[in-house]
Amino acid sequence: MFNRDRWREILEVLTSNVGRTILTAFGVCWGIFILIVLLAAGKGFENGIRADFGDIATNTMFMWTRRTTKPYEGLPKDRSFEFKVSDVQAIWDNVPNLRFVSPRNQLGGFRGGGNVIRGIRVGAYNVYGDYPEIINQDPMSVTSGRFINHNDIKDKRKVAVIGQGVKSELYDKDEEVLGSYIKIQGVNFMVIGTYKKKNNDGDGEEAQKEIYVPFTAFSQAFNRGEDVGWMAITAHDGSSISELKHNIIDVMKTRHKIHPEDKRAVGHFDLYEQFNRVESLFVGLKAIAYLVGIMVLLSGIIGVSNIMLIVVKERTKEIGIRRALGEQPWSIKKQILMESIFLTIISGMAGIIFGSLVIYGINSLLDNTGPVDMFVNPSVSVSVVSGAMMILIISGLLAGFIPANSAIKVRPIEALRTE
Amino acid sequence: MIEIKDLHKSYRMGSNSLHVLKGINFTAEEGELVAIMGSSGSGKSTLLNILGMLDLADSGEYTLDNVPIKDLSETKAAQYRNKFLGFIFQSFNLINYKSALENVALPLYYQKVGRKERQEKALNYLERVGLKEWATHLPSELSGGQKQRVAIARAMAAEPKVLLADEPTGALDSKTSYEVMDLIQKINDEGNTILVVTHEEDIAHMCKRIVHLKDGVIVEDKKIEQVRAQQYV
Repeated sequence: MFNRDRWREILEVLTSNVGRTILTAFGVCWGIFILIVLLAAGKGFENGIRADFGDIATNTMFMWTRRTTKPYEGLPKDRSFEFKVSDVQAIWDNVPNLRFVSPRNQLGGFRGGGNVIRGIRVGAYNVYGDYPEIINQDPMSVTSGRFINHNDIKDKRKVAVIGQGVKSELYDKDEEVLGSYIKIQGVNFMVIGTYKKKNNDGDGEEAQKEIYVPFTAFSQAFNRGEDVGWMAITAHDGSSISELKHNIIDVMKTRHKIHPEDKRAVGHFDLYEQFNRVESLFVGLKAIAYLVGIMVLLSGIIGVSNIMLIVVKERTKEIGIRRALGEQPWSIKKQILMESIFLTIISGMAGIIFGSLVIYGINSLLDNTGPVDMFVNPSVSVSVVSGAMMILIISGLLAGFIPANSAIKVRPIEALRTE
Repeated sequence: MIEIKDLHKSYRMGSNSLHVLKGINFTAEEGELVAIMGSSGSGKSTLLNILGMLDLADSGEYTLDNVPIKDLSETKAAQYRNKFLGFIFQSFNLINYKSALENVALPLYYQKVGRKERQEKALNYLERVGLKEWATHLPSELSGGQKQRVAIARAMAAEPKVLLADEPTGALDSKTSYEVMDLIQKINDEGNTILVVTHEEDIAHMCKRIVHLKDGVIVEDKKIEQVRAQQYV
């Protein structure tokens, strides 16, 4: 294989008609270039979408109550009900493989009125009553102080963790935040921490303007009693929340005396299902990239195969001489195959390099002009490149196969026949 | 060295077949220099091709150096050709993008001789045909006579049992023809067995034995007094 003479010969053959070799190489080069660029563009799109999802735990569902639509056990329809704190334990008891079950309550909302006051400043923010686990379901980084903990829950401490957005609106730049008090709907809470969420889509600003307080303190301060506004439930990695959610909803239906067939009483949003839908979009994009790239590559390979056939035709006599001198048929076949693989790989490498340069160019353009919506860091991984190399080697083999066979099909006596 | 018994060969041309060799019986001892003569269509080239294992006989026996040559796969044939036979062609058949030295070294390459040894040997043979200084030249830079001498060196390089020359002087003028024949005679003097296909009387008479072929049969087989080519050079 790594025979100096063989390689010399390959180079001699390929450089004997440089123009033709380059034109042939271009077909393969172009094919692999398209493949690489398409895959990178798909990856950029995927990265963009994934950034929109942020770090949120995707194996999660949200569940809230609505009015019943069917009478059941003597209760009328159109009845409204609330989840209770005891429902959380019931879910834990009845449904396996759950990682987090977080009951939540909320104040304010989109464009709500000014509900938070500090001194002479007023702001309108979402205020959540939460358990400490929420930080795993809706990840945020605590930039100063700490997040809510279980002692806060147990003691119903009136403490709050505020977002960077809240901080910048209610405080001066160099003012000490920790230990100060804010008044949420007339109740004073002590600020114990600030957070920042990694989120770069349109809601980014809104997400930094939230306030988290202990669930129990929230219930007490704002008279929620045992009520739970909604729940965020995350399953363990091994199992899918989309399958578990039916059990969870059934548990809720029994506990709240809802008709088993009542599909509307318990509202829910399955993040995992949405995520999977997007995930399959990525798979589809990748498939299209591979399909188009490989199709273009295929036409390049047919070009190589064609040229190799012509080369074999041109060298019929030479091959005849070699065989008369005692070269083994397999050796001739190997020679043709190696020429073809070599040509394919070299031109493929050129395509990969060219493609990488273009991707690099796009990236630096993106860096300079700022982020574009739904398109972040288009790139190809090493595994994709090595996959492309595999495709190249296989296609080089395929391209050389027919010419190599036709080369040894010629009988030496016919090749040597003098015209 | 060579033994042929009742060799038949016919070619199919569309619906009718052409019987080219009609029972050839022939033996050549070691060290012989045999001319095979005949007009075109007499089957002499076909005979040479069969002897050279480039073509297969329809029936008959062929033994080369006590090895029966039959049922050859292409791989086996290539092996035998490389080991037993050296070819000299009318049109030289040098590989035109390889230097004289590389051309001569080619059969050794197929014998998997190491690179250094190969080049040494090849240069040695080029020296014997008087072309050492032309080793790095491409065939296109050589004259016809020189090309044929390179081809002879190449045929000799693998140290074959038998040299087969198909009209070795067919493409050369008479002066270079005699030079080439002189070379062939010298190689024969060293004990090599050589078969020369020719239709030129003077060339045939520079061999030691003439076999006449006509319409696929041997009509005459005689030993002759060899004319040395040296005197014409």
